Amino acid sequence: MVDILNSLTLLTNYIIIPGLTYGSQLALGALGITMVYAVLRFSNFAHGELMSFGAMSTILITWLFQSYGLTFGFLPTALLAIPFAATITILYCLATNSLVYEYYREKKIDPTTYLIISVGVLFFTAGLIRFIIGPDDRKFNDGNRFILKAREFKELTGLNEGLAIKTTQGITIGITICLVILLFWFLNRTRTGKSMRAYSDNEDLALLSGINPKKVVIITWVITGILATVAGALYGLDKSYKPFIYMYLVLPVFASAILGGVGNPIGAIVGGYVIAFSELIFTFAYKKVAGYLLPESLAPTGLIQFLSTDYKIAVSFVILVIVLLVKPTGIFSGKTI
Amino acid sequence: MISTKRKVFLFSFMGLALVCVGLLQSWNVALAIFNMCIISAIMTLGVNIQWGYAGLFNAGIMGFTIIGGLAAVLVSIPPVEATWAVGGTNILLGLIILITTILIAITVWKKTKSLERYRYLPTILIIIIGYALIRITTGPAIEAIENTEAAKTGYLGGLGLPILLSWIVGGVFAAGVAWVIGKITLELRSDYLAIATLGISGIILYIVKNEDWLTRGVKNVNGIPRPVPYEINLQNELWFQNLATFINVPVRDFSTIFVKCCYSALFLTVLFFFVWLSEKALRSPWGRMMRAIRDNEIAARAMGKNVSKRHLQVFVLGSAMIGVAGAMMTTLEGQFTPMSFTPLRYTFVIWVMVIVGGSGNNLGSILGGFLIWFFWVESEPIGIWLISSTTGILADNHPVRVHLIESVAHMRYMTMGIILLLVLRFAPKGLIPEEKL
Repeated sequence: MVDILNSLTLLTNYIIIPGLTYGSQLALGALGITMVYAVLRFSNFAHGELMSFGAMSTILITWLFQSYGLTFGFLPTALLAIPFAATITILYCLATNSLVYEYYREKKIDPTTYLIISVGVLFFTAGLIRFIIGPDDRKFNDGNRFILKAREFKELTGLNEGLAIKTTQGITIGITICLVILLFWFLNRTRTGKSMRAYSDNEDLALLSGINPKKVVIITWVITGILATVAGALYGLDKSYKPFIYMYLVLPVFASAILGGVGNPIGAIVGGYVIAFSELIFTFAYKKVAGYLLPESLAPTGLIQFLSTDYKIAVSFVILVIVLLVKPTGIFSGKTI
Repeated sequence: MISTKRKVFLFSFMGLALVCVGLLQSWNVALAIFNMCIISAIMTLGVNIQWGYAGLFNAGIMGFTIIGGLAAVLVSIPPVEATWAVGGTNILLGLIILITTILIAITVWKKTKSLERYRYLPTILIIIIGYALIRITTGPAIEAIENTEAAKTGYLGGLGLPILLSWIVGGVFAAGVAWVIGKITLELRSDYLAIATLGISGIILYIVKNEDWLTRGVKNVNGIPRPVPYEINLQNELWFQNLATFINVPVRDFSTIFVKCCYSALFLTVLFFFVWLSEKALRSPWGRMMRAIRDNEIAARAMGKNVSKRHLQVFVLGSAMIGVAGAMMTTLEGQFTPMSFTPLRYTFVIWVMVIVGGSGNNLGSILGGFLIWFFWVESEPIGIWLISSTTGILADNHPVRVHLIESVAHMRYMTMGIILLLVLRFAPKGLIPEEKL
C-alpha cells in the first residue's frame, strides 16, 4: 500500500503538477492563436513573440514596482504587474493591427500571404524585445517559492517520496481557470461576445446583421493581448524569461491549437493539456516508479524512458505532425468560437 | 515586362554596396559577405522554385540546411577507428533494424485495409517493437561511442572522402528527406504545410543537437577539410610570395583574400549551374505546367495533370538545392555547429529574401539573397554609425546611448521585419516581379 502511495506521489510530483502547469500555459497561448484564427482567419506565427512581449512588459513593470519597494506579500510582484503589462501588449496588438493587418483584411488577402505578413511582425517584435530588454536570461520571481515543500510533505505523510508545489504552479493553474471561465462567459453571455461568434461563423451574414467588423477585430486583439501576456508572463515566471525560447514555444502552442481544432476554444484548452502531458509522459524515467510497484526480483536496471528529456519539445512537434496527417481538423473539428 | 534597366540598376547597386564595404571596412569583410550572399542566393533559388513556381510554403528550410551540413561532416571527416571498434557493428545493426521496421510497417499498413477503424493498431505495434529493438541494440553502443575520448571525438566520424563530394551528397540527402516529408505533408492546406514543415525542421534540429554519436551534438565538429588551400601553406609558397609583391599587398592579407576568392569561384560555379537549371525549367513545358497548377489547381487537375506528383517533384528539387547550399555553408565555415541553427535565421530570413527579391523570378531571388544577406550583416555597423551620429549631443557614457550601442546587434531583426512589411505593402510582387512568359 505504501509502495503504491509512494509511486503515486512520484507521478504527481513529476508528471501531474508540472503537466497541469505547462498545460495551462500552452492552453492560454493556444487560445490566443485560436481567437485570431477564428476571427481574422490566419495562423499567427507572431503569437510566440507576442507572448514574449507580454512577459517582457511584465518584467519591466515588476522592476518598476520593486524599485518603489512595492511587493505582493508572499505572492510574486509580477501578478500586480500583469494588468498593466496586458494594457501595453493590447496597445501593441492594436498598433500592429491598424498599421499592418487592417490593410490586408480589407483587401481580403489569402491566408498564406497573411502568414508571411505575420512573419514580418514576428521579426519586428523579436527585434524590439531584444532591443529593449536584451537577449539574456531574466528571473523575476519573488515572494515565497513553495506552497508545499517536499520535506514538509514527507513529514506530514511519512512517505519516502516528497511532493512539492511551487507558488508559480499554483498561480498558473488558478489564473488559467479564472481566465478561461471569464472568456467563456464573455463569448457566450455578452452581446459583444456573441457578435464575435457570429462574425467568426459567417462573415457575410454577420455584416448583414449590422455587426461592425472593425469592432470585432479590435475586441479580438484585446482578448489576444490579454491571453498572450498572461501566458507569456506565467511561463516566464515558472521557468525563467529567455527571449529566444518563445520562438520554440510557438510550436507546442500551435500543436495544442491544431490538436483541439483551430478556432475552437475548448479544443485549444484540451490540446494544451494533451500536449503538455504527452511531453512529460514520454520523457519521464519510470525506473523509480517501477521499483516501488514491481517485486524486487523484477526491478529494472535501465531508466525505462521512452525518449531522453532532451527531446521534450520534439515530442510536441511529432504530435503536431501526426495530428496534421491523421486529422488536420483536430479533435473538436469546426472553426467556431 | 520589367525593363532591363531596372535589373541592371538593382544589381549594380548591390555590387556598389559590396565595393563600399570593401573600401570602408575591408576587402576581407566584403568577400566574406559576398560568399555568404551566394550561398543565400542558392537557398533562395531553392525556395523560389517551391513557392514561386508551385506555391508550396516550405517553412522547413532550416532542416534541409542542417541535413546538408550533416552531409559535409559525414562525407569529409575521416572515420574514427576507436569508436567504430566499440560500437560500429551495433549501430549498423540498428540501422538495418530501422530499415526493416519501416519496410514491414509500410507493407502491413498497405495489407491491412480490411481492418478499417483498427487499421493503425498492427502498424503501431510493429513500430513500437522495432523502436524497442533499436534501443536495445544501439543503446549501449551509443554510450560506449560517446564515452570514447568524449573531449576529442566521441562520435563515429565520416568517410574521409573529398569535401566537394559532400555538396552532391548533401543535395541527395536533402532530396531523400524532402521526399519522405513531402509524401506525408504535401496534401495539407498551405498554412498547415508551413506549420508541419516548421515542426519537422525542429525535430531535425533536436536530433543533430542530441545524437552525439553522429554529430557530436553541442560539442560541434571542427576542422572539416577544405576544398581550397590553407592560408598558412600559401604564405610559404614562393610563387605566392612573388605574386603578392607583384601586386603590392602584404602576403598575409593577400592569402586570406586569395582563399576567399577561391571559395567565391567554386560557389559562383554552383550558383550559375542552378540558375541555368532553374531558368531552363521555368521556360520549359514543365515550368508552364507548374505555374498552371499554382494558379488554378482544380483546372490543372481537370486537364489530367497529376498535381500531387508534381508538387512532390518540385518540393524535392527545391529542398535538394537548399541541401547543397547547407553543405556549402558548412564547408565555408569549416565547422558544424548545431547550436547556431535557429528558425529565425535559417528559415524566415530566407523567406524574406524570396519575398523581397520577387517570388517566381530567379534573378529576383538572387538579388533578394544578396540584398537581404547584405543588410543582415551590415545592419549592425550601419546601426552603430546611425546611433553615434544621431545621439552625438549625448555624452559618450550617457545610459541611453550605451544601451542603444549595446543592443544594436538586435537591429537586424527589426530591419528584416520592416523591410518585409514595407515590401509586402508597397511592392507585393518583390523588387524584380515574376515575368509573363
